[in-house]
Amino acid sequence: MGNWRGDGSFEMTIDSDLQAVLHVQDAIALRLKSFAFEDREIFGIRLALEEALVNAIKHGNREDRAKKVHIELSVEHDRIEIAVADEGPGFNPENVADPLADENLERPSGRGLLLMRHYMSEVTYHPPGNRLTMSMLRSNGNGKVT
Amino acid sequence: MSTPPKRRRLEVEDIGDVTVVNFTDKKILDEQNIQVIGEQLFSLVDELGRRKILLNFRNVEYLSSAALGKFITLNKKVGGAGGKLVLCNIDPQIFEVFQITRLDKLFKIEKDEQSGLQAF
Repeated sequence: MGNWRGDGSFEMTIDSDLQAVLHVQDAIALRLKSFAFEDREIFGIRLALEEALVNAIKHGNREDRAKKVHIELSVEHDRIEIAVADEGPGFNPENVADPLADENLERPSGRGLLLMRHYMSEVTYHPPGNRLTMSMLRSNGNGKVT
Repeated sequence: MSTPPKRRRLEVEDIGDVTVVNFTDKKILDEQNIQVIGEQLFSLVDELGRRKILLNFRNVEYLSSAALGKFITLNKKVGGAGGKLVLCNIDPQIFEVFQITRLDKLFKIEKDEQSGLQAF
């Protein structure tokens, strides 16, 4: 699934189909294992990817199958970078209610961005807010790109 | 892509008056499965009238914020019906997700099934 290039980068475009998300994660997680990523790193990347892709499909593209989600990923010896872009109007992450506030603790949604920010070293939404880039600096810095 | 059949996502066992729920999936990640898991969990309260529910996470290796949302709704339903929800056997990586989101303060979480059963 998707196209892995010799330099460790990956590119894929999927329909706005939630069923495709798990397949994307599986393909990427399998590859990261071969790059000697640790379980904890894969856990965090997988979770961040899930949240980013579900947001793009549900909130960005409103599950409109005519709209696509584009995923780019590159792996270097000390970091991984991920970009997820949808074809929606974009959103302002500052408008997301703080899920850690007492009054929001029982809300069933709104934690995706919090989790992405926890597990990734950096998360940025680019104007108009329909393209997200995130990166993780690797803990051991000795991953090998094959 | 066709819609997958709604196979059973939960294994439900009664131990005394406590309903113990095990998840059949290692990954509670994808939205469609989470939707089915939510429906099956809610039916325990809404249709079957269960009031003491212990969710055993021993099989679970991954979960997403959408899954957390279902557990929050279940907690409200059970609490609203005068019952109690307890979680147990949570893998350290997944427990961290509960901590990050402060949901470890919202849920009653026990180390294993035995202590979970004693928490009611």
